[in-house]
Amino acid sequence: MSGFSTHPDHDFDVRVHDALGNEELRESFHGAMHFLRDKRRSQFPDLDALEALRDRGAAIRDRALARLPDLLEQLEKNCLRNGIQVHWADTAEEANTLITDLVRSIDGKRIVKGKSMATEEIGLNTAFEAAGFTCLESDMGEYIVQQAKETPSHIIMPAIHRNKASIARQFHEQIPETPYTEDVDELIGTGRRVLRRAFAEADVGISGVNFAVAETGTLCLVENEGNGRMSTTVPEMHIAVMGIEKVIERLADLPDLLRLLTRSATGQAITTYFNLISGPRKDNEIDGPRQVHLVLLDNGRSRIYADRQLRETLRCIRCGACMNHCPVYERLGGHAYGTVYPGPIGQVVMPQLFGLDRAGKLTQACSLNGACGEACPVRIPLPDLIRRLRHEGVTHEAGSPVKGHGRQRKAGEALIWKAWSLIHRTPWLYSLTTRFATRGRRLLPPLPQAWTRHRAPLEPAEQSFREMMARRGDSPGDQQ
Amino acid sequence: MNTAEIKRVYLFGTCLVDVFHPRAGMAAVRLLEREGLFVDFPPEQTCCGQPPYNSGYDEQARDVARQVVERFSDPIPVIVPSGSCAGMLRHHYPSLLADDPLADAARGLATRTYELHEFLNRVLKIRLEDKGEPTKIVMHTSCSARREMGIREDGLALLGQLKNVEVCEPENAEACCGFGGTFAVKMSDISAAMAADKCEAIEATGADQLLSSDCGCLMNIDGMLRKQARDLDAEHLAEFLWQRTGGDAL
Repeated sequence: MSGFSTHPDHDFDVRVHDALGNEELRESFHGAMHFLRDKRRSQFPDLDALEALRDRGAAIRDRALARLPDLLEQLEKNCLRNGIQVHWADTAEEANTLITDLVRSIDGKRIVKGKSMATEEIGLNTAFEAAGFTCLESDMGEYIVQQAKETPSHIIMPAIHRNKASIARQFHEQIPETPYTEDVDELIGTGRRVLRRAFAEADVGISGVNFAVAETGTLCLVENEGNGRMSTTVPEMHIAVMGIEKVIERLADLPDLLRLLTRSATGQAITTYFNLISGPRKDNEIDGPRQVHLVLLDNGRSRIYADRQLRETLRCIRCGACMNHCPVYERLGGHAYGTVYPGPIGQVVMPQLFGLDRAGKLTQACSLNGACGEACPVRIPLPDLIRRLRHEGVTHEAGSPVKGHGRQRKAGEALIWKAWSLIHRTPWLYSLTTRFATRGRRLLPPLPQAWTRHRAPLEPAEQSFREMMARRGDSPGDQQ
Repeated sequence: MNTAEIKRVYLFGTCLVDVFHPRAGMAAVRLLEREGLFVDFPPEQTCCGQPPYNSGYDEQARDVARQVVERFSDPIPVIVPSGSCAGMLRHHYPSLLADDPLADAARGLATRTYELHEFLNRVLKIRLEDKGEPTKIVMHTSCSARREMGIREDGLALLGQLKNVEVCEPENAEACCGFGGTFAVKMSDISAAMAADKCEAIEATGADQLLSSDCGCLMNIDGMLRKQARDLDAEHLAEFLWQRTGGDAL
């Protein structure tokens, strides 16, 4: 599996340090996140209506997940009826092999890709490179990131970490006959010129799927630039890749979910384009792909599904609102996480996909402040899930469903909590400890540098509250 | 719960109040007593178990939580001068102890747990008379109080009764101060970046004093304000309310 770094825990501290030290990045993210939060807020002026809509959104997703195996079968049946060929992939490798084989089957070489996090997750571009294909990202943000040989730093706004001057420089250096300009319209025009040619020449178009409707066998794609529409209609073959959790029961479920998705993601009432794809070109039609394929990707999702609490992870509609509201993401940006899905949802998804041994540390980058849970349009209890994964990371209990469980446990830390617990359930010991902390405060060992590097040392009071209360008990006259 | 029936309440002091802000605990007791209540402070209480719980050490948290459930067993309100500790009892004990013999008792405890200012404002509906000089304060509501407990309005409503107190909130008031218990030590650089922004926003209000009803946030923000030698006192809300309304020295 790709998913970017195969061991996101490695160098996490270094990436954090670099991100915090990068003023430009800090400023970009601070500005962008506040802008997005304000936009989202303005889209939901009636808070009661928002809460009711969130309830409905969560219920729709829960209802779909409760019947997930059935719905996937129904989706497959209805897609086949519509002429969409359906494939199942258990792992990232399987998906990549399957997709490259499909490209080969029509002797395809040139590929365009609409925005899709599922294909980032499986590292499809790398697989294409290895197969000798060229694959151009056609979402403007993805295109910029791909050209710079970077990875997306946000799931909705892949190039949000970049400013226009650096993009101007990049286009000027990498696209022939492009003068340097910071004019945004001109920059977009340049990108569009390159992409238009690629659409016309492509043999295969790849896309993600926002929702797949089981009752009708319809694939839904939300987008703003029209590249999704071009990628899925111009080339001979369209391959859609979706995580198996993205299925919903019926068309009637769509309006609420779309309302939540676009408003939560970019603060738009609706996106510029909304595609409902129900099959390949029919005999009497003059355009559209000759073949449409749907790849249903598991890649660890069944394992998440098996646990009742962790299953809530799969409600996610990939809007990115949790990132936009997370104070940690705001200060680090997406790259620091080293994962495809950054921010709170990434901290929940990636350790489950990669295993806690490889990505468990990410769960520590959270103050459990609850902002993500409050923002999530489908009410995923992200703080609870992060805490649960911290527990899975340090427990050796048999039967833990999460891969790599117990691998974040450190002997020293476990010992500290054992001692802590003993002190706090043994009143005389607790009393003695607090007495030592207060009376003997001058003798206390210095606090960890982690605290005092940025803050003044803590000063215990001269007398603890329990002592004050005990003294008071001796002289009832004190009380009113 | 019918207010008239409440004669006695428990006070859960919390470990941070115990060691770092005992006068906040004392102020809580005095505020409740002034309303005619008998305040029962079980002397053998310690901590709610939140630190190991948030670190994923459920077993250690459970061992401590059981004692809390047992020591606060009478069917009377449990008052906690901290949003996050109250949130622990109210929202996390039922699931933490779901498979324990004390499961029913934990659920019962959850229903009669209140954060101090929530209890003063919503249940007792206390009236406060300001006896202090004009002042401007900045109120920091903890994330637990704001989101988990939903009691941001209660602290502000109580302050709103004080005629000489101008209350302001910092810019981005809803942003976390960066404490998060062990997060402040484990991810100290991220935590410090968050705290630094919070300190700046707090100072920019030009307030004379910082108030919060969570000792964790107070320790974190005050610790950084003092390290940066900024001239702004930090105090627990209960202490401030007690003093402003003519209470004796604590």
